[in-house]
Amino acid sequence: MAATASRIPFPARRPRRVLPGFGLTLGYTLLYLSLIVLLPLGATFLKTAELGWPQFWRVVTSPRVLASLRLSFGAAALAALVNTVAGLLVAWVLTRYEFPFRRLIDALVDLPFALPTAVAGIALTALYAPGGWIGGLLAPLGVQVAYTPLGVVVALVFIGLPFVVRTVQPVLEDLDREVEQAAATLGASSAQIVIRLVLPTVWPALLTGFALAFARGIGEYGSVIFIAGNMPMVSEIAPLLIVTKLEQYEYASATAIAVVMLLISFFVLLGINALQGWSQRRLGPGGA
Amino acid sequence: MSIVRDGPGSAPAPGAVRPRRPVRGLARSLLITAALIYLVLFLILPFVIVFGQALAHGLATYWAALVDPMAVAAIRLTLTVALVAVPLNLVFGVAAAWAVAKYEFRGKSALVTLIDLPFAVSPVISGLIYVLLFGAHGWFGPWLAAHDIKVMFAVPGIVLATVFVTFPLVARELIPLMQSQGRDEEETALSLGATGWQTFVRVTLPNIRFGLLYGVLLCNARAMGEFGAVSVVSGHIRGLTNTMPLHIEILYNEYNATAAFAVASLLALLALVTLVARAALERQAPELRRKPLPGPLP
Repeated sequence: MAATASRIPFPARRPRRVLPGFGLTLGYTLLYLSLIVLLPLGATFLKTAELGWPQFWRVVTSPRVLASLRLSFGAAALAALVNTVAGLLVAWVLTRYEFPFRRLIDALVDLPFALPTAVAGIALTALYAPGGWIGGLLAPLGVQVAYTPLGVVVALVFIGLPFVVRTVQPVLEDLDREVEQAAATLGASSAQIVIRLVLPTVWPALLTGFALAFARGIGEYGSVIFIAGNMPMVSEIAPLLIVTKLEQYEYASATAIAVVMLLISFFVLLGINALQGWSQRRLGPGGA
Repeated sequence: MSIVRDGPGSAPAPGAVRPRRPVRGLARSLLITAALIYLVLFLILPFVIVFGQALAHGLATYWAALVDPMAVAAIRLTLTVALVAVPLNLVFGVAAAWAVAKYEFRGKSALVTLIDLPFAVSPVISGLIYVLLFGAHGWFGPWLAAHDIKVMFAVPGIVLATVFVTFPLVARELIPLMQSQGRDEEETALSLGATGWQTFVRVTLPNIRFGLLYGVLLCNARAMGEFGAVSVVSGHIRGLTNTMPLHIEILYNEYNATAAFAVASLLALLALVTLVARAALERQAPELRRKPLPGPLP
């Protein structure tokens, strides 16, 4: 990195700063960060404190809240798992094989980041509803996707699709193809090459992608509420329950659910940070 | 599949490699097919069906849905919100990247993690936190009501929620870019007598212009498409506080699916334009290689 040479040793208490603007930019950054992010989030935690521990506990352990949390976390985990397997497959195909429209498909993988969630929601519902293009094919098999918990998983698979592909792709590109070719000439089968050579290198990136997709899925709202059917205890996700409580002016209950989700999401974020640090130490910069 | 042991002592006969060829070719086709089926089911078809449904009843119906006064008001509000939220986060992104990339200070990695924090928050919660602050029963609610200032269920609330969800997007593009560029060029300009502002405008800005555009592009796409956070703070007042995604929801819930998809097709086109512009920028500046969002900075 170019900055390393000019980096001032840390113990120097008053480093000589040549470039102007340190106080201004850092001050503005901290002010803006505090006003927009930190204070409002802090206020949320204080609001829960008003509730008192027994009532907080009563809210978050009520059957409807527990059911919604179970659905949000369960569906997010399942969708992230689907995306981990399929994402590895897509990343492999995109980096290793040449086929028509490969570059176009590569660019389209990012579509779920760019497409607004409400648009994704109504599109997936139209597609997977009993009379839809795909739902119509599944109906004779007795599989109903839209308006069931399975619909939640389908929406979260769409939302989480790019994460694993984009974390695994650079690792596969950097993987030394000559080692694989050497293994092949020594008689290793394709399956052996994948299991013994590719997977051990790729799995930290795979895990990071899983965690990112999982974290995104937990909080997802727009794409899910159209396809889920939103039946309490069955297909009602936690973010929707927060909205419902807000509409009934139960601010304290809404905040209690939000705090539980926030705490879990922060731990997932910390985990992702640790994972990325770890995989970068393993693979060198640009690893994940 | 031919079974060949890979122990060190069992080098296969030269002929053993040959029969695997067709199997490899078959595996290759199977893998490509499987990947394409997954992508078509979960990626391509959801995108295509937006336009299919929007045009299902012909161009005239499509056009009527777009020029409906409520739709026009929603489009105007969405543009207004993006026009305020994106510049705010752009200024913040440049300031944060300058502070983080050009100097060493204690707690820098904590600051970078905090900048990413909004990505870990559910959109609904992003809206909720402002309701708790500025809503009728919120901390500043009574004061705002006494001074006749409307934040919740009004445009300022929508802007705030949008700023929150798009908060990290410019900063997270610029920080790694400016870190990799170091500060040698700026220091040279200063030693040659340029002022700090001249250095920033003539040296730094040209160096980061592609990263800046890239961040603005992503920030804008997210700002125009945000649904959950805006839905909580907007109040859904037609013609006044309905953004395009909220207008889509209302039309859809009224069983006016064709009109909903017509408005949705505009946002789908915006997504497509964003991806194309992004690909073009990546060709100009390969260091901007796409990264997954959301996620911690490298």
